[in-house]
Amino acid sequence: MIFWKLFYTFVKIGIFTFGGGYAMIALIQNEVVEKNGWMTTQEFTDIVATSQITPGPVGINTATYTGYTAVVNAGYSPTLGVAGAFLASFSVILLPFILMLIVSRLLHKHKDNPIVAATLSVLRLAVVGLIAAAALLLLTAENFGTPGTQTFQFVCSCILFAAVFIASWKYKISPILLILICGVVGVVIY
Amino acid sequence: MKQLAQLFYSFFKIGAFTIGGGYAMIPLMEKELVDRRQWIDKEDFMDTMAVAQAMPGIFAVNMATQIGQRLRGLRGAIVAVLGNILVPILIIIGLAIFFHQLRGNAVVEAIFKGIRPAVVALIAVPVFTLAKTAKISWRNCWIPIVAALLIYLLGVSPTWIVLAAIAGGMLYGYLKNRKEGAL
Repeated sequence: MIFWKLFYTFVKIGIFTFGGGYAMIALIQNEVVEKNGWMTTQEFTDIVATSQITPGPVGINTATYTGYTAVVNAGYSPTLGVAGAFLASFSVILLPFILMLIVSRLLHKHKDNPIVAATLSVLRLAVVGLIAAAALLLLTAENFGTPGTQTFQFVCSCILFAAVFIASWKYKISPILLILICGVVGVVIY
Repeated sequence: MKQLAQLFYSFFKIGAFTIGGGYAMIPLMEKELVDRRQWIDKEDFMDTMAVAQAMPGIFAVNMATQIGQRLRGLRGAIVAVLGNILVPILIIIGLAIFFHQLRGNAVVEAIFKGIRPAVVALIAVPVFTLAKTAKISWRNCWIPIVAALLIYLLGVSPTWIVLAAIAGGMLYGYLKNRKEGAL
């Protein structure tokens, strides 16, 4: 039953997301593309793109869109897809919400405790690795084109990748603007 | 009742008018919650952020939960979270339906062909910016590298990496604490 699986998967994603939306992308990708095969890497990348250029938390947007796509790809109607979208968003915030209510006061008092502080410092380092893995796993022929047979697309993709990386890292240009520009570039060159 | 409505409206504004995720919401949250409504002071706001970052879940939702709870208990928390996510969810559902119908359209396909490498680059950037925040050094850089390679090459689930980091961090804190205590 896809709805039960969706619920269980997104509850798990919610509770294991530390360090924001990008870390969550690594978890969602692992669950919906690699483990459950609900969609292709390409579809997932498109979802991440859309989630970044629409308002709201990226984690919520990605969960909503992924929920819809997973259900529709499994052969159900768009109406059930909408139910899947709500279910995924609800599931992803369920446990963190409860935990937040309980722990908010406790942690507030103990955040200078050396063991809590050390745990947080190691966790932050691991999250960096998590995000790096997400980026590596998306460097695929599906997303960039195959050198040899789709040489033109591959070369263009590499240039776009490098340009966006530098523009975002060095010049802090807004991701929304960069995604929109690349969309326009796509229409012009392909 | 009035404050509940205000909570909903404030977080609705924060959710519906920021693009680019939780961290992009910080300046807007500060303006709305600290300056405009004066629900919490600046220092309290910083602490709330630290807790929201430290706990699992989505940063913006964690912020909404805490502020809502502090002002109006459980009901406040629910209202703030709903205000924060309702509009973005509806927009995304609309787009999802729209794009599914357009699947295979040549123009849409060209747009996404251009966008895909950009998305990967945008995910690669926080690796380097967050590395600074995580106080990366020659002594501890093996942690993110090993984590990334385990996931990328061996297909280890990120869940295990998170659990291992929590366990390792607690052990590290315990040992460090004991050593410092002995000195």
